[in-house]
Amino acid sequence: MIRLDCPYCGLRDHEEFSYIGDATKVRPAHGGESGAEEWFDYVYIRDNPRGPHQEIWQHIQGCRAFIRVLRNTLTHEVLASGLPHEDLSGKAGSGS
Amino acid sequence: MAEYSAFSLLRHALTGHRDWRRAWRDPEPRKSYDVIIVGAGGHGMASAFYLAKNHNVGRIAVLEKGYLGGGNTGRNTTIVRSNYMLEEDAHFYEKSLQLWEQLSHELNFNVMFSQRGVTNLAHSDSQMDAFARRARSAMRLNGIDAELLDRKQVQREMPYLDFSENARFPIYGGLKQPRGGTARHDAVAWGRARCRPAGRRHHSELRGDWLQTPGNRITAVETTRGDIGCGKVGFAVAGRTGAPCGQARHEASDRKPCAAGLRLGAAEADDRYRGHLRGRAFLCQPVGQGRPGLRRRHRHVNSYAQRGNTPMIEHVMSAGLAMIPSLSRLRVLRHWGGIMDMSMDGSPIIGKSPIDNLYLNCGWCYGGFKATPGSGWVFAHTIANDAPHELNAGLNLERFRRGYLVDERGAGPYPNRH
Repeated sequence: MIRLDCPYCGLRDHEEFSYIGDATKVRPAHGGESGAEEWFDYVYIRDNPRGPHQEIWQHIQGCRAFIRVLRNTLTHEVLASGLPHEDLSGKAGSGS
Repeated sequence: MAEYSAFSLLRHALTGHRDWRRAWRDPEPRKSYDVIIVGAGGHGMASAFYLAKNHNVGRIAVLEKGYLGGGNTGRNTTIVRSNYMLEEDAHFYEKSLQLWEQLSHELNFNVMFSQRGVTNLAHSDSQMDAFARRARSAMRLNGIDAELLDRKQVQREMPYLDFSENARFPIYGGLKQPRGGTARHDAVAWGRARCRPAGRRHHSELRGDWLQTPGNRITAVETTRGDIGCGKVGFAVAGRTGAPCGQARHEASDRKPCAAGLRLGAAEADDRYRGHLRGRAFLCQPVGQGRPGLRRRHRHVNSYAQRGNTPMIEHVMSAGLAMIPSLSRLRVLRHWGGIMDMSMDGSPIIGKSPIDNLYLNCGWCYGGFKATPGSGWVFAHTIANDAPHELNAGLNLERFRRGYLVDERGAGPYPNRH
């Protein structure tokens, strides 16, 4: 069973959370110069790595906050978690 | 290939079943093949079968990293149906269902396909409306059998469901496809593996992870038994599609949530009908095995783990019990989990790839097993002719760039919502 470390509530069962998706995709700016290709990339293209993956979860049955989680998709090990804007990419080896 | 018949069974019974021949070969690979299919699951083996049978391709190899049919071919609901709404899906799955009806005969191997009907239950008025729309304005217009059942009719057919006033999932009615049913999944894998129509087909358990791609063509596949040259390559590796693609970056990415299921020990609970419990779990009773199985839809998380987890087992149990209280007397015999290759619209991708001689068969979401005959049929056509069959023309990879999605559930570009 996976447990996720919510920055607000502490270590909680992952059944309390709702999975949102890949945290590394950045929405193109509104009204900017972005063309169809950038939107296509944002909407449809995912790397889907086998190994550490940064993703957004929502603590839907807790504080309802969105959090960022670094999780290994092969072992389901949760490597790090933090606020949604934090970049966790350097924490792959730290474990939790 | 040894033909199976009542006579051969009797003859081998007299000799104590000691001299049955090995059902399929595992030869050393040649230097090169006209077509290499990566993945010896239901889709890969059906594709190789129809390449040889329908398109007369001579040298075909099927590469498999694990054991035969050990991926989602061995981890699914075994339900076969074609109750789809959108045209791209409906005609494709209907073709597949028609191929299922002939499959045991075609393979000379009993795949135990039993058309005892598949029923989706409605638990609210709006679900009944949706089923009425699906049955009357989609399935029947597409020439597919569909029956709308009211509550009383469901109760007559499946009296073991919870019809009490306090039922957690009240039953309003159901959508039944009488021609739907189940097949024995292992038998499909074995039947395909032993059958070599016309062409000389090799089947080797090989690892085929890396591709040599000078320019925009694949010239060879690197395997544990050396490099094998290839004319064309077809990928049918479901949840692993991202990994062997390597250089061929896969455009509409697949995600891989887990599915989980339980096999329960029981006497015949009901051998006439298969409830397809739309609430939260599926009940299936595979033919000849006598034990009902409970299965649940996938958990919506990216994963390569190919196993379930404990909360899922509880989910399946509680949903099953809420629908069928008598299940509380059963014990769990075994449980299983797997990964699903979710596409961005919930429909499969069968077609050409950005690499000239690479073809993709993936994105099966939760619908792969029932599609395997049709999938092999159109994938073989696509590989042989370098152009899609009319049944998979709409299921191409380019549809995402063009915004022409085949979104049966209307859930939008979110793999975890399909």
